Amino acid sequence: MILIVAEHANGKLSKSTYEMVTAARDCGREGPVTLLVLGSNVAAVATQAALLGDQVLVADSPALAVYDPEVWAAAVAQIASEGEAHTILIGGSRSGREYSPRVAVKLDAPLMEDAISLKVAGDALQAEHYTFLARVTERVEAAGPVVVVSIKPGAYSPAKPNTVAAEQYDVELNLPARRVTVTGRITEKSERVSLADADIVVSGGRGVGSAEGFVELVEGLADQLGAAVGATRAVVDAGWRPYAEQVGQTGKTVQPKAYFAIGISGAVQHLSGMGKSKVIVAINKDAEAPIFKEADYGIVGDVKVIVPALIRELKNTQ
Amino acid sequence: MRILTLIRQVLDAEESVRMKAGAVDLSTSKLVVDTMDEYGLEQALRFRDADPTIEVIVLAVGAARSEEALRTALAIGADRAILVESAEPLDVIATSSVVAQISKSEQADLIFCGGGQADWDSHALGAATAERLGWPQATWTSALTIAGGELTGTHDVDAGKESFAMALPAVVTTQQGLNDPRYPTLPNIMKAKRKEMRRVPIEDFGVTAKLKVVSTEVQVKERRRKRIDGKDATVAAAELFGLLRNEARVI
Repeated sequence: MILIVAEHANGKLSKSTYEMVTAARDCGREGPVTLLVLGSNVAAVATQAALLGDQVLVADSPALAVYDPEVWAAAVAQIASEGEAHTILIGGSRSGREYSPRVAVKLDAPLMEDAISLKVAGDALQAEHYTFLARVTERVEAAGPVVVVSIKPGAYSPAKPNTVAAEQYDVELNLPARRVTVTGRITEKSERVSLADADIVVSGGRGVGSAEGFVELVEGLADQLGAAVGATRAVVDAGWRPYAEQVGQTGKTVQPKAYFAIGISGAVQHLSGMGKSKVIVAINKDAEAPIFKEADYGIVGDVKVIVPALIRELKNTQ
Repeated sequence: MRILTLIRQVLDAEESVRMKAGAVDLSTSKLVVDTMDEYGLEQALRFRDADPTIEVIVLAVGAARSEEALRTALAIGADRAILVESAEPLDVIATSSVVAQISKSEQADLIFCGGGQADWDSHALGAATAERLGWPQATWTSALTIAGGELTGTHDVDAGKESFAMALPAVVTTQQGLNDPRYPTLPNIMKAKRKEMRRVPIEDFGVTAKLKVVSTEVQVKERRRKRIDGKDATVAAAELFGLLRNEARVI
C-alpha cells in the first residue's frame, strides 16, 4: 500500500495532505492509498481523510496530542511495517522533514527529500528534487522496494475529495517514551494570510531603508493586495522584522502567483526561497541588482517613490 | 565530554553552478564551509570556552577536497579533524551510518549538524544520525545552553518556535540566529597546521548508497525580464498593474 501520513492542524486536514494524495495517485505505484491520522481527538480529521483515501487508519490517543519526532517516527514505521507499505509519503513541513529520516532508518529504506515529482521507472521509484539552493533539479532513483518520500509543499495540486467515504480503522501503537520536554511555545501570529498559503507575497530588503520604511512600503502594499509579508535575512538580522517572515535558505520557501521584491538585491540565498514564484516583480534603485535577472517585471527607481505610487494606484482602481 | 561537529564543504553561494558531462562539476569552483555548519562549530567552541575539558572534533564525509573545510574548522578552533573520504557522493541515509559509527568509536556525547545542506538542500542528516544512535534530537535550533548534562534551548517547529530541554547524548541541528560564528585568527591558523587530521577511507564503514542520481540539470526558469520606466512613478504603477492583470494574469 501507499501510506500517507496526514498533516492536520486545528481539526482540519492541511493543504499538504491533499497534495500528497495527488502525488500518491500519480506516482505509478500500485496499492490502496492509505491515510494515517495521528493525534488526539482527531475524529473530524479522520472524516475528512476518509473522503480522500481508499482507506484511513486512525490512531486517536492523548499520547499523540503533541508532536514528537521519535514518537511520530515509531508510529509511522510500525504502521508501514504491519501494512507492508512500499511507499511512505510524509509532508515537507518542518516536522515532516525532521521525523521522515528516522522512519527511513527504522525501515532501512532510502529517503527522497522534498520531492517535486515522482514516477516509476522499471521497478524503481524516481523523484525529482532541487539541490544547490534550488538552482539545480536532480532526479534520483531509490534502491529497494520500500521508499520514504517527503513531498515539497506546493509541488502537487490538491486532490479533490470523493463523495463516498472510505472505511476507517482504529490502530494500536507501541509508542516510545518522550525524551525531549517542551517547556514553552511561541506561535507565529499574523493577521495576514500566512506566507505558505498566500497567492501574493510582498517582501522587503535593506533597500526599504528602516523598520519604519518597511511598515510604510511593504506592509502598505501588502495590505492593498491582501498579500503575505516577507523579508530578507539582512532585514531580519537588522531587527526590523521577525524571523518568522524571513524568506530564503534559512527561512521559508514560498511559491506564490506573484512575488514583489521591494529593495531586494537578489542574493542566491534569498532566491532559493522564492525563485519558483510564478511571476516576480522587482523594484530597486540599482539597475545592476541581480534580482532584475530573475524578475518578470522590473522597475528601476527609488522604492520610496515607486511603492507609494503602487499603493495609490491600487486605492484608485478599487 | 566530546562534541562531534559535522562540516560540509559546499559551493560558495556567490559562484554559479557549473555542469560537466551531465553532472554538477565543482572542480574549478570556489568551495567554502557550509554556513549552517559554522553555527554548530561555534556553539561547540563556546561550550569548550566555558569548560576546557571538552574536546571538539570536526568530521567531514565527502571528497578529498573537504580537507580544506576541515583545516578552516581547525583554524577557527576545533581540536582535531576526521575526514572520511568518499569520491562518490553518498545519500544522507547512508552518510548517517558513517557519522553514527564515528560517533560510537569516538564516544561522542553531542553531535552538531547543519540544519540544512547548501549542496543537496537536505535537512535529514541530523535526525537520521540520531535515529541510528538511539538519541533524541533538536532540529533548527536557534538558542542553546548546556548545564549538568542537560541541553535547553529554542528551535523552530511547524507553528513557530518551541523551547525544549533534553538530556545528553543528543543531536542538535542548527539554524540561523544560534550564534555569531567567529573567524580564524592568524595564531590559530598556524596552530591548525599541527593539529591531527585523520583520514579514513569510506570502504571501512561498509555502507551502500540508497539513492542513485539519474540526471541533473541546472534549473532555468524563463523570466520575461521586462523593464518598466520608473521616471514617472504613477505611469509606472499603472503599467505594472496592467501587465500583472492582463499579461501575467496573477492579480
